[in-house]
Amino acid sequence: MSSSEDMSEEPTAQVVLEASGIRKSFAGVHALRGVDFRLRAGEVHALVGENGAGKSTLIKVLTGVYQPDDGELHYLGAPVSFARPAAAQEAGISTVYQEVNLVPSMTVAHNLYLGREPRSGFGLVDFRGMRRDAENLLEDLGIDVDPRRQLGSLGLGVQQMVAVARAVSADARVVIMDEPTSSLEPREVETLFELIRRLHERDVAVVYVSHRMEELFQICDAVTVLRDGRLVHSGPMYEMTRLELVSTMLGRPLSEVRREGTTAFGGDHETGSTALLRATGMSRRGVLGAVDLSVKPGEVLGLGGLLGSGRSETVKALVGLQSLDAGVIEVDGRTVRRGSAASAIRAGIVLVPEDRKAEGIIPHLSVRENIVLAALPRLSKAGIVSRARQDKVVATFMERLRIKASSPEQKVNELSGGNQQKVMLARWLAMSPKVLLLDEPTRGIDVGAKAEVQSLVDDLAEQGLGIILVSSDLEELVEGADRIVVLKDGSSVAVLTDSEVSVDGVMSAIAEGGADE
Amino acid sequence: MSTSQQTRSGALAGLVQRHGALGVLVLLLVVGGLAFDTFLTAYNLGNLAVQASFLAVIALGMTMVIVSGGIDLSVGSVYALSGVLAAYSARWGPIAALLVPLAVAAAIGLVQGLLVGRAKLAPFIVTLGGLLFARGLLQFLTAEGSETYLVPRESAFLQLGQGSVLGVGVPVLIVVLLYAVGGIVLQRTRFGMRLFAIGGGEDAANLMGLPVTSTKVGVYVLSATLAGLAGTMNAAQLGSGVTVIGVGLELNAIAAVVIGGTLLAGGMGSVSGTLAGVALLFVIQDLINQVGGFNSNLQAVVSGAVLITVVVLQTLLSRARR
Repeated sequence: MSSSEDMSEEPTAQVVLEASGIRKSFAGVHALRGVDFRLRAGEVHALVGENGAGKSTLIKVLTGVYQPDDGELHYLGAPVSFARPAAAQEAGISTVYQEVNLVPSMTVAHNLYLGREPRSGFGLVDFRGMRRDAENLLEDLGIDVDPRRQLGSLGLGVQQMVAVARAVSADARVVIMDEPTSSLEPREVETLFELIRRLHERDVAVVYVSHRMEELFQICDAVTVLRDGRLVHSGPMYEMTRLELVSTMLGRPLSEVRREGTTAFGGDHETGSTALLRATGMSRRGVLGAVDLSVKPGEVLGLGGLLGSGRSETVKALVGLQSLDAGVIEVDGRTVRRGSAASAIRAGIVLVPEDRKAEGIIPHLSVRENIVLAALPRLSKAGIVSRARQDKVVATFMERLRIKASSPEQKVNELSGGNQQKVMLARWLAMSPKVLLLDEPTRGIDVGAKAEVQSLVDDLAEQGLGIILVSSDLEELVEGADRIVVLKDGSSVAVLTDSEVSVDGVMSAIAEGGADE
Repeated sequence: MSTSQQTRSGALAGLVQRHGALGVLVLLLVVGGLAFDTFLTAYNLGNLAVQASFLAVIALGMTMVIVSGGIDLSVGSVYALSGVLAAYSARWGPIAALLVPLAVAAAIGLVQGLLVGRAKLAPFIVTLGGLLFARGLLQFLTAEGSETYLVPRESAFLQLGQGSVLGVGVPVLIVVLLYAVGGIVLQRTRFGMRLFAIGGGEDAANLMGLPVTSTKVGVYVLSATLAGLAGTMNAAQLGSGVTVIGVGLELNAIAAVVIGGTLLAGGMGSVSGTLAGVALLFVIQDLINQVGGFNSNLQAVVSGAVLITVVVLQTLLSRARR
């Protein structure tokens, strides 16, 4: 596909960063096979592609983390090569990473100026000057936060703003944002976009990497699509529709994508008539107010609400990982003991947690070990674990969930995010649960794997499981769920059914919820 | 709970965490002063301060190491080794008696720092190795403790441990000076900021382009050198190199640092808290002696109980702050 630079309807701004013919391979595996990338001053340039397409490698080449095997980098018109990340930073290319990479125990001002603290006489750090600079910088960027606050005491969204502020404070000409919104609330995303618009006014070029389609179309001017280490498209954003972009990324024909939609969820499910799981009056001082919900067999119940509204706490409470002051949880009419993970699992409730790195996978164990971990008691007799039964379970689930691993003995941290998530799913499905709780099952995994996880959720519901789905991605929530319980400030404020299950429905329930009660 | 309430209770919790040791120390001084005539006397407190000065010097370095997220188990052995080296070198004059042990200690710190910072080995293991190495070297130099080196009676070097200025012992003055400088280094210099940053989030510090390796090397050199200085001061006070001292001293130092409100996980702490922590350990010991009749081993029991109490409080407080 031809690129846009020879089209002349746009006033051509100065090219700040240009990469041409970049090649990079690792141990014989080609990550980049001759990629061109051109970034103009003041533009917000989307860099998209499935995991493994070469986005991260390209970013690392641009920021001096990797040296290209072949190809050239031009920065501000002159050929450059960055030996270290610090060299790129000094030249004015900053990076904001997916996970906030600041020091939570230090103040906002410290985090902004760590490594380049202003100094007064005797080489001492000039705190007053640092705070004043920080105040000015934050005000310039329209970020409303006291620089004396400890960073860790702020919300993730604000922390991400501080990270961006740090990136631009170094007189950056180019800011690279790698999935900056993956842990942000819709409201916080808006603030970040406001900030990006200000960068645009200052003629700073932004490279924006994200899996979230709606964001790309909202904020980006130009887009570059990579697939299998090759450039497959580069041009203005407005020339593409969403479907075209998805089909370009996946390399699948447009008609196929159109038929299946942008998420892989099917329609509504055939659901049982009586509730499989019913929770009433779940409360915990300062965490949950009063949450009521129920799931029928074969139903996908969505949990909507802002970050901090108690979604994760609710699903944790259901599996006994969050202690409760009051509330009744029943499965098939039988009460489950509160605050006991063991009895929740016995009753058939399992949770695939939000933070799979911290709460889920055990990185140095193999795929097999990770899958059978929770099911070990059922696979053993008198404390001895049967290897044959393990292998059978593992083989079944690797096939059923299409887990891509070289063998069951491959270490799980060598897999892609999507496959790690499937391993997590397999672990809990091996317990033959009745109710499956999924907290952000598709966060941080690429489009293809996302679709697979989504269609798996559908399959599982069809097989009669009750599923509770928590997702910050409203579109995913709305398309995946049959019914949505909306939480606000730790209480359930609305239940959306049938036609009310829509993005607008959830938004207005969040906005109005609680007022009429 | 409203946000302002949360911030206020959080601030209060932070205050208690930072200055709790000082509060308890003042309380004990008042109670001790009321209960025992011989406690709040210049003589008793002066003696106590000199005794505490060696641990105080070691704990200063330990504070910096722990703030950076590390640990230094070698300080007790380095302390003892330096004392023997000082006593041995005193025959070549006071300058040698001071510089030889400091140089050896700094070299041990440098090797440990390179292993932790550059080779990225776990500080616990590296400094455990340092502990065994320094203790072994000490045994070798003294033929398993059978040979004792004495500082010549007339040596000016003895002033470092036995002298006093205006009635205040030289070791105490050294501690005051070191803590003043140490406080500035930790709170007001780039080196100090880096220690906090590395302890608070090493990956983040790396991505920010901070010189993580050299900062770590620096802090282990500093800690070992301070341990060497403490051993040297001790040799000057005793007039000889004693081989059996310093066993388990690293744990006392860690205890003082933690009691002083420094997080064992790193990223947060202060040298003033450590000084209060050291003082607290010695005041408790002295008060138990004052009560008399008790087995003096009870001191360790009480110190242990205080340590546990502090750690429990710290944990509760840091949860309250969240």
